[in-house]
Amino acid sequence: MNLILRKRESVSRRAAILVPLISFAVSLLFGALLLAVSGANPFVTYAAMLQGAVGSAYGLSEVLVKTIPLILTGLAVSLAFRMRFWNIGAEGQLTMGAVAAAGMALFWSQGLPDWTILPLSILAGCVAGALWAGIPAVLKATLKVDETLTTLMMNYVAILYSEHLYYIAWRAEGYNSGTERITEVAWLARFAGRAHTGLFFGLILAVALWAVFRYTRWGFELKIIGSNPTAARYLGISIARNIVVTLLISGAISGLAGAVEVLGLSHRLQQGISVGYGYTAIIIAWMAQLNPLGVVFVAFLMASLLVGGDQIQMKMRLPASVGVVLQGMLLIPMLAGSLFREFALELRRPGEEVAQAKPVEVA
Amino acid sequence: MPVLRMRGIIKRFPGVLANDRVDLDLFAGEVLALLGENGAGKSTLMNVLIGLYRPDAGEIRVQGRPVEIHSPRDASGLGIGMVHQNFKLVSTMTVAQNVILGLQELPFVPNMAEVAARISELSDRYNMEVDPQAYIWQLSVGEQQRVEILKLIYRGAGILILDEPTAVLTPQEAEELGQVLKVMQSEGKSMIFITHKMGEVMAFSNRVCVLRQGQLVAAKRTVETNPRELARLMVGRDVLFRLDKEPMTPGTVVLELRDVHAVNDKGLPALRGLSLTVRQGEILGIAGVAGNGQRELAEVITGLREINEGSVLINSRDLTNCSPLAVINSGVSHIPADRIGVGIVGDMQVADNIAMKGYRKSPMAKHGLLNRQRIIDFARAMIDVFQIATPTPQTYVKFLSGGNIQKTILAREIDACASLLVAVYPSRGLDVGATEAVRQRLIEQRDAGRAVLLISEDLEELISVADRITVLYEGRSMGFFPATEAEVETLGLMMAGAQNEALATVGREASDAVGPDALARPS
Repeated sequence: MNLILRKRESVSRRAAILVPLISFAVSLLFGALLLAVSGANPFVTYAAMLQGAVGSAYGLSEVLVKTIPLILTGLAVSLAFRMRFWNIGAEGQLTMGAVAAAGMALFWSQGLPDWTILPLSILAGCVAGALWAGIPAVLKATLKVDETLTTLMMNYVAILYSEHLYYIAWRAEGYNSGTERITEVAWLARFAGRAHTGLFFGLILAVALWAVFRYTRWGFELKIIGSNPTAARYLGISIARNIVVTLLISGAISGLAGAVEVLGLSHRLQQGISVGYGYTAIIIAWMAQLNPLGVVFVAFLMASLLVGGDQIQMKMRLPASVGVVLQGMLLIPMLAGSLFREFALELRRPGEEVAQAKPVEVA
Repeated sequence: MPVLRMRGIIKRFPGVLANDRVDLDLFAGEVLALLGENGAGKSTLMNVLIGLYRPDAGEIRVQGRPVEIHSPRDASGLGIGMVHQNFKLVSTMTVAQNVILGLQELPFVPNMAEVAARISELSDRYNMEVDPQAYIWQLSVGEQQRVEILKLIYRGAGILILDEPTAVLTPQEAEELGQVLKVMQSEGKSMIFITHKMGEVMAFSNRVCVLRQGQLVAAKRTVETNPRELARLMVGRDVLFRLDKEPMTPGTVVLELRDVHAVNDKGLPALRGLSLTVRQGEILGIAGVAGNGQRELAEVITGLREINEGSVLINSRDLTNCSPLAVINSGVSHIPADRIGVGIVGDMQVADNIAMKGYRKSPMAKHGLLNRQRIIDFARAMIDVFQIATPTPQTYVKFLSGGNIQKTILAREIDACASLLVAVYPSRGLDVGATEAVRQRLIEQRDAGRAVLLISEDLEELISVADRITVLYEGRSMGFFPATEAEVETLGLMMAGAQNEALATVGREASDAVGPDALARPS
């Protein structure tokens, strides 16, 4: 008897649902082993995580606070990934969005009517993010410069520039770091604890992108480019133009994430605007299989893990790293499990004829 | 006793009998040419011999001893090695490193100086000048091929299989390869030389085996045959048939190429001053051995490849170096040679693939929004008309058979075709029924007043489908003539590079008057 992997003839709907569930169960099992080795009771720890994340109004609102930037950057990254542009610069685009939104609210909107400051700040964040993503996009489209390097390196430029601003150029008097607080008219409303209306930007954009991918000519072209760029070129679709347009939008969404962090949460540009949301977004995009609606759910799950992980540090007196390791434990089976969506596991007796998945071209 | 004896080899693939009871003998110190059209089963037979495929039936004996060859490593152990068309070299490593790559019996830290010395000695002996310290990426294609051959000799191979070795070589390099074969022959090594060029058979081989549709149709001593007979054996003139076709009524010129020059992906000249015209209601057939500029010809017309010199006019408009979209918008359709890599998007539905030309316009799209229902309806109609065998319009194209994938492309391209259809190897690898359907569609397009450019390696197809034919050889046209006057032998000789004077000789005198010299490539 042999175990073999056979490529599925069609994508199985059952597998699409069962595989993530089973993978999640496997992750919990691995996590439990790890906890047991560290001397913690796995059941108690999991209960504490769940309780900490979604078991109280406070926990839930903190989860939402983290869900907001994760949805936005997750959407931004999955949009770029759809056409195989490996934008790992969401972190930098988010940072530039935060910088521009804070700059607009603090300095550049002097003398304008109050009601314009919030929309202008949001717009500034989007434009800054778009430009930050646009540079690598133009380099890729015109000179074929590898985008993984440029987007990654531009993260460092953005982060160091923002540090320069809140430590030196824009530092509020009497503080070690951080700008003045922005005017209250530029704040995004809050609806539950610190959870702010930035959430609705994320939800609306998720539905909008889902509809764009499904129902528009442009979405159709993106799908063709993403699945077979050679065919796209042959069909008369301009890949260079699509790279630039897509990345401007992707960067704008990441920039929006940075803007709402400032306008809804911190109310100033300060340290810790991003704690790696732009990188977590890459994981979210893959786990959601680049589906915008999937991004919403996965972002919520990741936010719960982040908040729950913080909680067990305090409650269970486990080292801070255990929470991070648990997150990794979750991801590996989820990503590995995706294999079974495309391949079926089969038992075969030796000597049995192996079915050909594809007819082999005879030369 | 032959060093290699294959008896009754049968190899089936789904829907294809690739090798049908093939017998083959190879003697010490001989060069055996394995001749046949694409799809005749040459490569399959050799892949069986080196253990890449298991035969469904048959026996292989090496030095009289029955053997089972499960892998290229087994074959190597029996002294059998193959130089593939696409070289298996690591370009960032040196010649010496590549030669010993994968050798089992080497010590953990090989003595590279010793290896290099041995390579130098072998390259001297066989007249194959190669620097063992050079990196593969520094070498020309011809030199890389020498490394592949040295690799086999280094491992002590006595039986060398060369898969269309001259396809990638310049005429000078091909000549040098011929010398190398002679030296190896004198050392008692045996070689199997896969080709479909008659000139090389005559120039290099001692014996020749001809395969057609999976069967061995002839095994002859080279001196006892001639190119004309081989061409007939290879193509099988008795199966030649002509489709029912109205006489053509050509209209205005749709496509005009003027002295077009272009390079291939490696930057080497692929088209060298090609001029041609195709009119409305006319099918121009392009014959030629693959790699003589066919692919590049289709790509310069459709805007996919840059033209270095010359111009392309479609309906009298200059479209030289215009975007693919501009060409599509002027009514040009293209059935590409690589149907899976270029022609379709495997991970998308049949309906989507059929819509990939029409999606820009009403009724499938309005104001940038797609009408999914219209796309599905259109696909259903096309599936019906073109008899595409698919479970549903929503099935992913990658799950269809080769023939049905080709019908999907045909449906899309023919529907979108307004003035010119460029079809590259449209029936390659298809079964008889699908081939008929494809050919019939091409003639329908012609009868509907479209211009058709048909690029094919199948001479029978060209003669029965096209109205005019030209042979493409090293990026140039070898002359145009009406399909009704074309003969398989003549075309075959032109494909091998014979000039018109040589053809005149064939026409006048007995066929054995054509020696290898007349067929060698002009250098």
